[in-house]
Amino acid sequence: MALKPLVLCAAMLALAPGAALAQRTDITIGMQLEPPNLDPTGGAAAAIDEVVYANIFEGLTRYREDGSIAPGLAESWEVGDHGLTYTFHLRGGVTFHDGTAMDAGDVKFSLDRARADGSTNAQKALFAGIDTVEVVDPLTVRVTLSAPNSAFPTNMAWGDAVIVAPESAGNLATAPVGTGPFMFADWVQGDRVEIAANPDYWGTPPALEAATFKFISDPTAAYAAMMAGDIDAFPAYPAPETLAQFEADPRFKLLIGSTEGETILAMNNARPPLSDKRVREAIAHAIDRQELIDGALFGYGTPIGTHFAPHHPDYLDLTGLSGHDPDRARALLAEAGVAEGLTLSLKLPPPSYARRGGEIVAAQLRRVGIDTRIENLEWAQWLEQVFKGRDFDLTIVSHTEPMDINIYARPDYYFQYGTEEMQTLMRELDLATDPAARSEILKKAQRVIAEDFVNAYLFQLARTGVARTGIEGLWQNAPTQANDLTGVHWTE
Amino acid sequence: MRFPGQLWIGAALSAVFVGAALVSLVWVPFAVDGVEIAARMQPPSPAHPLGTDQLGRDMLAMLMVGARTSIAVAIVAVGIGMAAGVPLGLLAAAHRGGLLDEVVMRANDLVFAFPALVIAILITAAIGPSALNAILAIGVFNIPVFARVARGGALSLWTLDYVLAARVAGKGRLRISAEHILPNIANLLIVQGTIQFSLGILAEAGLSYVGLGAQPPTPSWGRMLAESQTLIALAPHVALFPGLAIVLTVLGLNLVGDGLRDHLDPRLRRIG
Amino acid sequence: MLRFVLSRLISLVLSLAAASLVIFAVVEVIPGDPASYMLGLNAEPETLAALRRDLGLEGGIAARYLSWAGGLLHGDFGTSYTYRVPVADLVSARLWVSLPLTLYALILSTLIAIPVGMLAAARRGGPADFGIMGATQLGIAVPNFWFAMLLVLVLAIRNPWFPAGGFPGWEKGLWVNLRALTLPAVALALPQAAILARIMRSSLLEVLGQDYIRTARAKGLSRGAAVLKHGLRNALIPVMTILGLQFSFLLAGAIIIEKVFFLPGLGLLIFQGITQRDLIVVESVVMLLVFAVILVTFFVDIAYAAIDPRLRRRR
Repeated sequence: MALKPLVLCAAMLALAPGAALAQRTDITIGMQLEPPNLDPTGGAAAAIDEVVYANIFEGLTRYREDGSIAPGLAESWEVGDHGLTYTFHLRGGVTFHDGTAMDAGDVKFSLDRARADGSTNAQKALFAGIDTVEVVDPLTVRVTLSAPNSAFPTNMAWGDAVIVAPESAGNLATAPVGTGPFMFADWVQGDRVEIAANPDYWGTPPALEAATFKFISDPTAAYAAMMAGDIDAFPAYPAPETLAQFEADPRFKLLIGSTEGETILAMNNARPPLSDKRVREAIAHAIDRQELIDGALFGYGTPIGTHFAPHHPDYLDLTGLSGHDPDRARALLAEAGVAEGLTLSLKLPPPSYARRGGEIVAAQLRRVGIDTRIENLEWAQWLEQVFKGRDFDLTIVSHTEPMDINIYARPDYYFQYGTEEMQTLMRELDLATDPAARSEILKKAQRVIAEDFVNAYLFQLARTGVARTGIEGLWQNAPTQANDLTGVHWTE
Repeated sequence: MRFPGQLWIGAALSAVFVGAALVSLVWVPFAVDGVEIAARMQPPSPAHPLGTDQLGRDMLAMLMVGARTSIAVAIVAVGIGMAAGVPLGLLAAAHRGGLLDEVVMRANDLVFAFPALVIAILITAAIGPSALNAILAIGVFNIPVFARVARGGALSLWTLDYVLAARVAGKGRLRISAEHILPNIANLLIVQGTIQFSLGILAEAGLSYVGLGAQPPTPSWGRMLAESQTLIALAPHVALFPGLAIVLTVLGLNLVGDGLRDHLDPRLRRIG
Repeated sequence: MLRFVLSRLISLVLSLAAASLVIFAVVEVIPGDPASYMLGLNAEPETLAALRRDLGLEGGIAARYLSWAGGLLHGDFGTSYTYRVPVADLVSARLWVSLPLTLYALILSTLIAIPVGMLAAARRGGPADFGIMGATQLGIAVPNFWFAMLLVLVLAIRNPWFPAGGFPGWEKGLWVNLRALTLPAVALALPQAAILARIMRSSLLEVLGQDYIRTARAKGLSRGAAVLKHGLRNALIPVMTILGLQFSFLLAGAIIIEKVFFLPGLGLLIFQGITQRDLIVVESVVMLLVFAVILVTFFVDIAYAAIDPRLRRRR
């Protein structure tokens, strides 16, 4: 009996050094934009997924950091009936944060809700091919498509396709309830969102106990907050000009990776003189991609020659088609009969790649005799004027949706291309299940849009993040908009 | 006079920047749209006396044209304020206590009640950011300032003998306002104009700092400041010079304003 | 007196009605659709229509104005389009940042300005006066957002004495929040203090020239005692008037400072409301600010009139 306190004492002594070195179990993540709400099934803002994807909400499948698709709430699935049916086998013992069990009924509810008539899901196209969703048993769901779609498991990995419960679906915007490793804790609008570890998580419990997403829109403020140590990591850090400074500082490390953001100088293909392919080609040749990447992004970015991500296995390097050649640009303009003094509008959304890049593009175009009228727009104005109103000549924007070459098949899409040829190619792509055939079609599509000079393809946006040394497990690449904190931990 | 040098120091500072703005109309050392990435962020050198910015443009040229933007915006905004505000103030004073006076003064109070910066941001959001809209947004808030100054100055003049004599002689209120009142409040208006001018430069800097002023490639001091603050460690001259330009110009104009007031208003000389 | 109050009341109501119309009109012409901002690039037309219905964005301008203004009369500010929470909740949360920040800045500026202004008046024409007046000129000329960034650079990055921004929230304790608000308050206070010090100085000089001070001095009081006993109170009147103006100016005018320090205050709420096309937030918050100022002006008018009956005829 008398020994016991002594043993305890020794045990405590043994523990003490460990306790002193206790690793931090919280993290503060900086983000530039605040999510307008926290319901990934009811808004398009990337910021929503950057907070909730894989942290609070999970889907049937999920993205891995390398862009591949992994099982999520569905342990496995089978494809049947020549690609028309998908049978998902759900994990057992999964509960929502409010304690209710996740079962096949929730999956049917979520998918039906997303594709319903009055649904405000921003990516309804993901669900457009679904004909019926049936509950086979509590842990099995069968989805029947109206046409085969080999990309269906990928569609189900999007943040817009996460599984929600009927009990809580109405209040997700302000009180998100999912199945993920973290639970929503608090949201101070305009400032931060806090999440805390979910003690009942079905998978490996996260190392972090709490995480805060802090919203800092101003690049200068982001730089100051990171430097002053107020923020632990800024995965999509907005001031690339200061990255060298962080790299040289032992307190910090850089997280440089790839994104799905094809950054293009989009041209209004329906509006003269840009409806003339020679003028578009001239503009493409006027652009010096390396100067743009150096100037706007301080070297971070990969030149692209078509609308496709360079890290994708099917990518074709077509940058040679539109190499920097001002003389050729001037000759093409003369051939097209475009007089000296052509002035085009260049409408720029807020990110620095567009604003700073826009000034460089304007200077490059001026060297071949094209003047631009720069207009800096907020996102809301850009959506209204450029995207919806198609009232623009040129704009610079990064298309961050993965595998979105199909936008070149949509005649009503804002740059107004959408030829018959591309539409046929995309229909073939949807039907093709053989990987080799798919690859062939994708390569052909890349070549078609590059040779038509639909847009000037500038660069693949790099993911430039900064973090305190000692943080491990943050995603380096951004295959989808997410800050998956499941595997994040401190080593010092 | 308070500090004898004040007016002259102020005038000299103002002259430097107004001069730079005027010279930029006919000559700049380099084109302000001359983006040259290879030559970016160079420290001051004989070729570029103030160095180059983050896109390789000559800082001296940028600051000169930036001075033009700031000064043009502020001057036109003062012009708008005077052109609309002074007649309103004179009119109100001429009909002192009447309905017109009441309406003008209430409308003044109403404009004053609006948070100026917020409304300026609203206006530019509504009609798009540009130097012209910055002028409008700043100009609107100059109107009640000048109306108030004009009315206050005019009210005291209306009680003076020579004005009463003019009324007895049968001159109309408008005519008296134009012939007798306006020339006598000109000093007040000039002093207030200088103050509003310097406030206008600060306001333009603030608006373009949040991206609502002149749009690129037109340089403006506020935007130069906004785009360069993260470079403070890398290229301090790019981050500091636009700020110094704002400070020195506003300082110069304020010194001129104060000096003029001392000079023109003997009553203030006693206490100032 | 009753007639005066009544006429002021009528003009108060008219002003508010005019203000609400102006605000609504300006906000409504802002291009950009809140629904398409929220749903982004790939949204389908019927999805947008569904959301617009949810947000109450359908219907004519007149009907929307009436429902908004009617709601205001009942103290209902509407529901934020983006956050989907009552605007009143957002405003009250933001006031917990904006009010303390404004008060902090005003206290700082008063604490600096009054002694400095008094010193300059006392040493009128001397080197101290010259130095102080020069410094105040500089203080007025520095854009506060630039001063703010220099403060961050020196006191948050080079020397990590203060956070570079952010607001921890009052539940985390008084001290951390005061620390977080210090740099923004200093940045806001600098130009205000410079203005206030100049006013303090000239107002004190004016008082010093008055007969009653001369009388007091003739009675044998020292210059300092005469000023403290008789002059200071009178000299403070214009200072108080300016302080009142500065309060309302700072409450809404801290937008840029709130942006630099990423403080979730009222100014940033309006700014974000504009960029996210959360128009109802913009309308209601601006209306609230205007209402506050108009109301203060009203009471000041009444108070002046009560003190000085001559003012009842015409302020």
